[in-house]
Amino acid sequence: MASLDRVKVLVLGDSGVGKSSLVHLLCQNQVLGNPSWTVGCSVDVRVHDYKEGTPEEKTYYIELWDVGGSVGSASSVKSTRAVFYNSINGIILVHDLTNKKSSQNLYRWSLEALNRDLVPTGVLVTNGDYDQEQFADNQIPLLVIGTKLDQIHETKRHEVLTRTAFLAEDFNAEEINLDCTNPRYLAAGSSNAVKLSRFFDKVIEKRYFSRDSNQIPGFPDRKRFGGGTLKSFHYD
Amino acid sequence: MSFLIDSSIMITSQILFFGFGWLFFMRQLFKDYEVRQYVVQVIFSVTFAFSCTMFELIIFEILGVLNSSSRYFHWKMNLCVILLILVFMVPFYIGYFIVSNIRLLHKQRLLFSCLLWLTFMYFFWKLGDPFPILSPKHGILSIEQLISRVGVIGVTLMALLSGFGAVNCPYTYMSYFLRNVTDTDILALERRLLQTMDMIISKKKRMAMTRRTMFQKGEVHNKPSGFWGMIKSVTTSAPGSENLTLIQQEVDALEELSRQLFLETADLYATKERIEYSKTFKGKYFNFLGYFFSIYCVWKIFMATINIVFDRVGKTDPVTRGIEITVNYLGIQFDVKFWSQHISFILVGIIIVTSIRGLLITLTKFFYAISSSKSSNVIVLLLAQIMGMYFVSSVLLIRMSMPLEYRTIITQVLGELQFSFYHRWFDVIFLQ
Repeated sequence: MASLDRVKVLVLGDSGVGKSSLVHLLCQNQVLGNPSWTVGCSVDVRVHDYKEGTPEEKTYYIELWDVGGSVGSASSVKSTRAVFYNSINGIILVHDLTNKKSSQNLYRWSLEALNRDLVPTGVLVTNGDYDQEQFADNQIPLLVIGTKLDQIHETKRHEVLTRTAFLAEDFNAEEINLDCTNPRYLAAGSSNAVKLSRFFDKVIEKRYFSRDSNQIPGFPDRKRFGGGTLKSFHYD
Repeated sequence: MSFLIDSSIMITSQILFFGFGWLFFMRQLFKDYEVRQYVVQVIFSVTFAFSCTMFELIIFEILGVLNSSSRYFHWKMNLCVILLILVFMVPFYIGYFIVSNIRLLHKQRLLFSCLLWLTFMYFFWKLGDPFPILSPKHGILSIEQLISRVGVIGVTLMALLSGFGAVNCPYTYMSYFLRNVTDTDILALERRLLQTMDMIISKKKRMAMTRRTMFQKGEVHNKPSGFWGMIKSVTTSAPGSENLTLIQQEVDALEELSRQLFLETADLYATKERIEYSKTFKGKYFNFLGYFFSIYCVWKIFMATINIVFDRVGKTDPVTRGIEITVNYLGIQFDVKFWSQHISFILVGIIIVTSIRGLLITLTKFFYAISSSKSSNVIVLLLAQIMGMYFVSSVLLIRMSMPLEYRTIITQVLGELQFSFYHRWFDVIFLQ
């Protein structure tokens, strides 16, 4: 049973946004009863059927590494966290819909995680500012999840959702907005579940099926197609 | 005319302090959070501004800058405002925010916060009873009463903080205490951490697979509810769920281990950084300061012990005494009065600056450690309250370090408080 292939996905975000609840919901299909602070890193495993419903269906283990802390931590904590960023295959960025700062901090979070892996291109980012080039180069699939949707009042929902749509576009990623205390948002067949499953499929593809297509296409190609993440779809 | 000039000077300085407090709030304390209620920020900055003006008045006193009567007026006004804020506004808002966090009582927020505030006032009053600070001449709501109570709480806080700081400080600063940490240590620990994570992962994989097969076979893996269900589960428990609980226990133990390892690794990284930092110039400078500071702390502890054991209160301040001793010992011609003014000014200034800085740093660290997005408002208000009380009581205590002629105005303003009591109280708590 442990011989199934595995992929590693990081779950990042500010403290208190609901990463542990989210991971618990994704892996055990149950709501987390007593959320408490995550010290260090907590891992959970989800069994995922790649290409469900097709003859090529295969089961994989998806490890969700939920890393605790904040972007403003002492650099000693950051160095310790960096040990978890080895060989990641996907990143889920979690932010709190009621707290704008947590959305802004997502840029810094993604840079912190990606800098660890950016060995081949060697791009050095000195300040934590957002850089479009950085994300255009990125090969690792991203997913943006906004939590605490139930705490947003009806009238403000529209503006909050447009803001998060921009955010997801910046990262070149899909986005899901939900409430971690309500499993209904990820019920089978809902659009959220479809997006989630598509994201995991993309992660698995990147890891196991796109090995040969690793060469980076020429400059004009990349700019035209809006980023590396669309590469693999171009090849069929 | 001079009164107006003085007042305008005071007001501009107050606005400056207000701006500084605002900036500090935005940059340091609330770096990662969103400021949703501006009231909190305003209150914090106002408290900060008024506390700083008190110190400014002391400095003006020593230097003899402004007109004496206008100084007196400003002192009184300042004290009134600070007391108003500390005793009325801040506790009320603290109660308000605590209550708004509790979802149940959302509707009757105001009512409950008023209740909380009344309880606070009651305890506040009761606090004054066992202490010898009442004098029968004054009424109930007079300034002296309020100050005395605020002073008691503030002095306690101060003593606790400085006692803690006195012991912690040498430990942090002196490189003598730093263990030697090599890179191999860190790598070894990291490897252990990753190994533990791998073990957790493999166990979780088993659990996930078991759950999935159970689910596919149609078994319900939730805990059976109801009396009959419990009896059934005793006799015919599915092997799957038994396994699950066993593995879950193992996983819990491993997770605890991984947390410990993580904290240890973070500790090692921090020590390594400190070692590197101590090799730079800045580090060496702070190291030297650390030695100096630790000697000062040790001296303070010593003095506190002596004060308690011999039951005395310093009547003359250390500066004048120090100069007298020097003069007698070295036989040098010194104009005592002239020099004592300057030296005491510098000393008081240093004490003020270091205590403010230490307080702000401690508060920031404390804030990072325990805040979350829900309780951040409450905590900031608590910090503002503590800060205000701290400043008020340090004014009381500074009196001891100043030469005789400057004490008069403070004594004048604050009425007949038993200062000696405060000093003793401070020493007692400091030692503890």
